Amino acid sequence: MVETQFRFRTDEPVADPAVTAESFGEQTNAAAVRLESGDDARVLLPFLDRVRLVEVNFPSFGDGRGYSAARILREAGYAGELRAVGAVFVDQLGHLRRCGFDSFAPEHALDAIDAENAFNRWPDVYQATTDGRQPIWAKRHGTAESA
Amino acid sequence: MKILTGNDLKTGAVIWWDGSGWSLHVDDAVDASEHADEILAREEAARNVNSSYVVDAEQTDAKDGGGIRPGHIKERIRALGPTVRPDLTLKPADPSALNWVI
Amino acid sequence: MYKYDSYDQEMVDTRVEEFRDQTRRRIDGTLAEEQFRPLRLQNGLYLQLHAYMLRVAVPYGTLSSAQMRMLGDIADKYDRGYGHFTTRQNIQYNWIKLEDAPDILADLATVEMHAIQTSGNCIRNISSDQYAGAAADELIDPRPYAELLRQWSSFHPEFLHLPRKFKIAVIASKTDRAAMRLHDIGIEIVKNPNPENGAGEIGCAFYVGGGMGRTPMIAPLINPFVPLDQLITYAEACLRVYNRYGRRDNKYKARIKILVHELGKEEYTRQVDEEFAHLLTQGIEPPIAELERIIPFFADPPFEAGAADTVDLSDPDFALWVKNNTAAHKQPGYAIATISLKPVAGIPGDASGDQIRLMADLAKQYAFDELRVTHAQNIVLPHVRKADLYTLWQQLDAADLGTANLDTIGDIIACPGLDYCSLANARSIPVAQKIAARFAAQDRLDTIGELKLKISGCINACGHHHAGHIGILGVDRKGVENYQLSLGGSEGADTSLGQITGPGFSEDGVVDAVERATDVYLAKREDGERFLDTYRRIGMAPFKEAIYAPKLTNGEVANG
Repeated sequence: MVETQFRFRTDEPVADPAVTAESFGEQTNAAAVRLESGDDARVLLPFLDRVRLVEVNFPSFGDGRGYSAARILREAGYAGELRAVGAVFVDQLGHLRRCGFDSFAPEHALDAIDAENAFNRWPDVYQATTDGRQPIWAKRHGTAESA
Repeated sequence: MKILTGNDLKTGAVIWWDGSGWSLHVDDAVDASEHADEILAREEAARNVNSSYVVDAEQTDAKDGGGIRPGHIKERIRALGPTVRPDLTLKPADPSALNWVI
Repeated sequence: MYKYDSYDQEMVDTRVEEFRDQTRRRIDGTLAEEQFRPLRLQNGLYLQLHAYMLRVAVPYGTLSSAQMRMLGDIADKYDRGYGHFTTRQNIQYNWIKLEDAPDILADLATVEMHAIQTSGNCIRNISSDQYAGAAADELIDPRPYAELLRQWSSFHPEFLHLPRKFKIAVIASKTDRAAMRLHDIGIEIVKNPNPENGAGEIGCAFYVGGGMGRTPMIAPLINPFVPLDQLITYAEACLRVYNRYGRRDNKYKARIKILVHELGKEEYTRQVDEEFAHLLTQGIEPPIAELERIIPFFADPPFEAGAADTVDLSDPDFALWVKNNTAAHKQPGYAIATISLKPVAGIPGDASGDQIRLMADLAKQYAFDELRVTHAQNIVLPHVRKADLYTLWQQLDAADLGTANLDTIGDIIACPGLDYCSLANARSIPVAQKIAARFAAQDRLDTIGELKLKISGCINACGHHHAGHIGILGVDRKGVENYQLSLGGSEGADTSLGQITGPGFSEDGVVDAVERATDVYLAKREDGERFLDTYRRIGMAPFKEAIYAPKLTNGEVANG
């Protein structure tokens, strides 16, 4: 199993093996699930209370479907660990984080300084996501922080 | 013959493998049929070339200048420069350069 | 026009530092080309036929004179003295060094410019009507909505790895001057079509799934009215469906037009509506106060009331330029002036550093400091006092910028083609030059009248040849350049795709074929018909017959 190199959570990592998205429904003891890039994250919505770890696989860094999967889960209220695995490189880290990923297990270990720079690159953001950062339009008009 | 080409990483200039390094001039290109992949892998790793590949070319007769002429018009335009701006090519003063491309 | 606040400035400055760091890591080897490539593309930097090519964004085609001046300075300082204005209202430089690129972006940032997302599988420059804010026929200036979309799309964390590029156009006029329906998303600002629900209210009609390239398609109407305070949410829904379900198995089937076509308009719309309903609960829409903040930046400049509405046309060359290259302005006493970048022996869309700076100065002096780049590769001065037109024209003419050929067969749109582009199959610029030379006589241009001729050097169709009244496509036939001719395309409100005439031609052959086609038009046209109208009325057959007729010894067409 590839090591989780970066993690922004304080709870204990889930050690359970991740089952497939299609089988998660019937596997009532499972707490960890793995989404492939072609999977529909919404199949997990009926079972969110049971999920404690979602791994989203990036078969290539150019396959951007995992970003939507992550946001969909967070928008549905998922508060467990959301881990980006596979072809994850330094320059995607900040955007992955904004979409809701809070842990990262890249297939090749990344330079720690480069990664830290990437996570902290943007002092402001133009869009609202579920990461709680106040977008520029909210700062301009003093509106409430996004959910 | 097979010659090797690519771009200089920092400047983007079109370059040709001359046997020991990379030249701006296609006439310096050598036949690299034997070890093309090896050379390219080594040179890319050393960052001496970027986005490199193999090109078909022929050695022209002495009466035609005796230089190296890539087989495809695209590579000839890469070798010389834009046909519509002779002043920006490698041979701005040569009136026959356009014929060489086409 | 829009001015950055400290947040916008901070975003472009941060982007420069990010790219500077990425470039450093590429040059020192920490970052491989495979990982660096999408990063540099999303900063507009291609590795092209001769060198790196940098595409600078001109948001919705609008520039201040200070920005234009900087573009001229960049051409001289970092390139080889010229730039190329593109069919998406941007500018590109062909001889850039990677090691200079971060400094170029830093220079651009000092005048509120950038190269953000001008390439790559992301949302690209938002284009608009080059006459926005000046034309009498627009409902409202569309550019504030384009600016809102620009900010929404910049560094959008979910949409930086789309299946393919994504192009959006925003217009607010029934006269579509931006080829809106040939975009991935085309937005027309409209009045609420439903009279019961606030007939005066304005909102956005969304057309989704248009595009050119290998399989040109005209975007169907997906939603006739999205209220302004849901614009971003609806756009986000359209993009999310595309990001999730656009094809990723085949680069040539990866645009949203293929998804909309394969799902069918109804199913795509249903999926968007579902996602839209969900996203409405997520609070991602900027408050209407944000649009209200942006709109005043696009207010009218201080027009002089009572400016003289007549022009002295006694100079015949000037009169011709006024007739061809100026358009009616909403304000009496003013005109919209188009600067042609298509002089007969020139390269379509190219301008030297000196010419660019001259245009900047003229804009500052005569056009309230504003210029536009058109997708036909020309420059517009949107607000010129009629009283100033003559002196403006004289200065343009002295700099080879005064060609009176707008929308005529001399005003050719041509991609850079094989002279500059590694994707090309054939050269396009020499074809354009030969056609322009063949039709160079001014009376010939004017006799033929409006004729939009567009040339692409390959199937990617950056020259928009599908939308040309006459279109030319360069192909590679066993290593030899060959050209296909098409007729009857149109990019306006009456969008249509050109039909191929038949077998292809050599470079000289296609110039002859174009001439034969215009001869047929001249022989068959009825009162007031443009080339396009005659073609639509009589169809392909008479043109095909003439084009492929054997050449007679004196060059006449066999069957007139």
